[in-house]
Amino acid sequence: MSRKTLIPIGPYHPLQEEPELFKLYCDGEIVKDIQWVTGYNHRSIEKLSESKTYEQVFFLVERICGICSTSHPFAFANAVEEIVGVEPTDRAKYIRSIIGELERIHSHLLWVGLAGHFLGYNTVFMWAWKYREPILDLFEMITGNRNSYAMFKVGGVRRDIEGHKITAIRKILGEVKSKTDLLTGAVMDDPVIHARTKGVGVLTRQDVIDYAAVGPTARASGVAIDVRKDDPYAAYPLVNWKVITAEAGDVFAKAEVRLLEMYESISIIEQCLAGLEKEKEGDITVKIKEIPEGIGNGRAEAPRGEVFHFVLSDGSNSPARHKIRAPSYVNIATFKKSCIGQTIADATITLAGVDPCYCCTERMAVVYDANSGKKIMNAQELIDISARRTIELNRNIRNQI
Amino acid sequence: MKTDSIIKIFKEKFTSDILETIRKNERRFIVTIKPETLVKVAEYLYLSEGFRFIIASAIHTKRGFEIHYHFSKDSEGLVLNIHVILDRNNPEIESLSNMFNASNWIEREMHELFGINFLNHPNQDKLISEGNWAEGVYPYRKDFKSITEE
Repeated sequence: MSRKTLIPIGPYHPLQEEPELFKLYCDGEIVKDIQWVTGYNHRSIEKLSESKTYEQVFFLVERICGICSTSHPFAFANAVEEIVGVEPTDRAKYIRSIIGELERIHSHLLWVGLAGHFLGYNTVFMWAWKYREPILDLFEMITGNRNSYAMFKVGGVRRDIEGHKITAIRKILGEVKSKTDLLTGAVMDDPVIHARTKGVGVLTRQDVIDYAAVGPTARASGVAIDVRKDDPYAAYPLVNWKVITAEAGDVFAKAEVRLLEMYESISIIEQCLAGLEKEKEGDITVKIKEIPEGIGNGRAEAPRGEVFHFVLSDGSNSPARHKIRAPSYVNIATFKKSCIGQTIADATITLAGVDPCYCCTERMAVVYDANSGKKIMNAQELIDISARRTIELNRNIRNQI
Repeated sequence: MKTDSIIKIFKEKFTSDILETIRKNERRFIVTIKPETLVKVAEYLYLSEGFRFIIASAIHTKRGFEIHYHFSKDSEGLVLNIHVILDRNNPEIESLSNMFNASNWIEREMHELFGINFLNHPNQDKLISEGNWAEGVYPYRKDFKSITEE
């Protein structure tokens, strides 16, 4: 009798970007069902928040996610400022928006790179991450940190962006813009990427409404929701920009939305920098004496969609209840719609399509046989199978030419 | 403001079910309703008025268990909190997951962390602590004490 040895990779493993576990139940090549297991890394941040002061909570929520680490303080600041009934100065608003948009650019570049990697296009991966680097350098210059910027506080921001930094930001943004052109061209005009992503992992408008999906996942299915436009905060009502949408709902549409959004972000930052120059330097905070009793519903548009913070204040110096809803919480659930019926090779890019940021759950894709329930494939093999498919397509398309 | 008229029509429709309305500002409203009318109210908001379900927040207070169901009318930037107060000893309320999938996970989470029972939920399994947490111990309740506190 032969015995099979199973070597598990994950939940925690240096190979995986973030901890997560998907169970794909397959019949032959086709995904029949998908299950998601979580909780391996639950940090109970909502509960921890109740034992911290309002000032400390900013640093806590910043650590929910490393990639969109400014969206959570952003939404929390909006919630607390709603309770207090205070508005930050225009200069603080511009700075907040600049940080938020820089983060969107680096997050979208990161996604494009990862999507390229999952498709077996490691050149796209290398390019996107290379062009993301100058954005992180900008963060280091402005905030002192490449990640977890610690810029937000109730009533304003912690650090100013002085005049000489504005020039440097403009210069780097110009460079990033030209590189984004290059990258967008490479992705949007590539016949193999079209063949791999068009019609794959389609999410209809009704699915989006049913699962209440948000962000680029919703906008790629023609649902034009964006908190920055719908419920304006910070400097977004002060600048001109448009919400990018696409109709198809497939992985290509999601890529299109993200790539075009980067141009909007660059435009927003440029307008905010022009706005900053008109405001008085150093005027970045409003003094807050105490947080009164009350309820605050704070929202912010993270790179992945709407972040929602509900804060209940009892008049003390820490929140009585703090509920956090990250965008992936609703977006991940849509896999039940988008993945089922796909081939295993396409499931990888479909999973990556919503840009799942698990705020630390568990990352590992495992393929199970639908009939026997046996484990047949792990994450690396999934990426390999996806890459092989791209190579095959590439060869076919080249032969046709 | 348009949001005021939306809330006015809503209040007129459910006059006998609404206990209290608070207007925080033109884009934030809190409406307390009788728990047994939740499905009716959610049906009106989601199916007829096109509200999006954001999330629900449970709170353990002196009054018992409270849930804020956050609904968003995206075209107006309106966040409407539908607020219910549940019984302290036997917190239960009808599930919304049969209407939209968006509330499936959060109801499982509230069940797990607060011990609130959602009636007719399609699958009220544990979401976060599957397999490594004791039954009947609810960590987000105010009377919960961790081992280090005891």
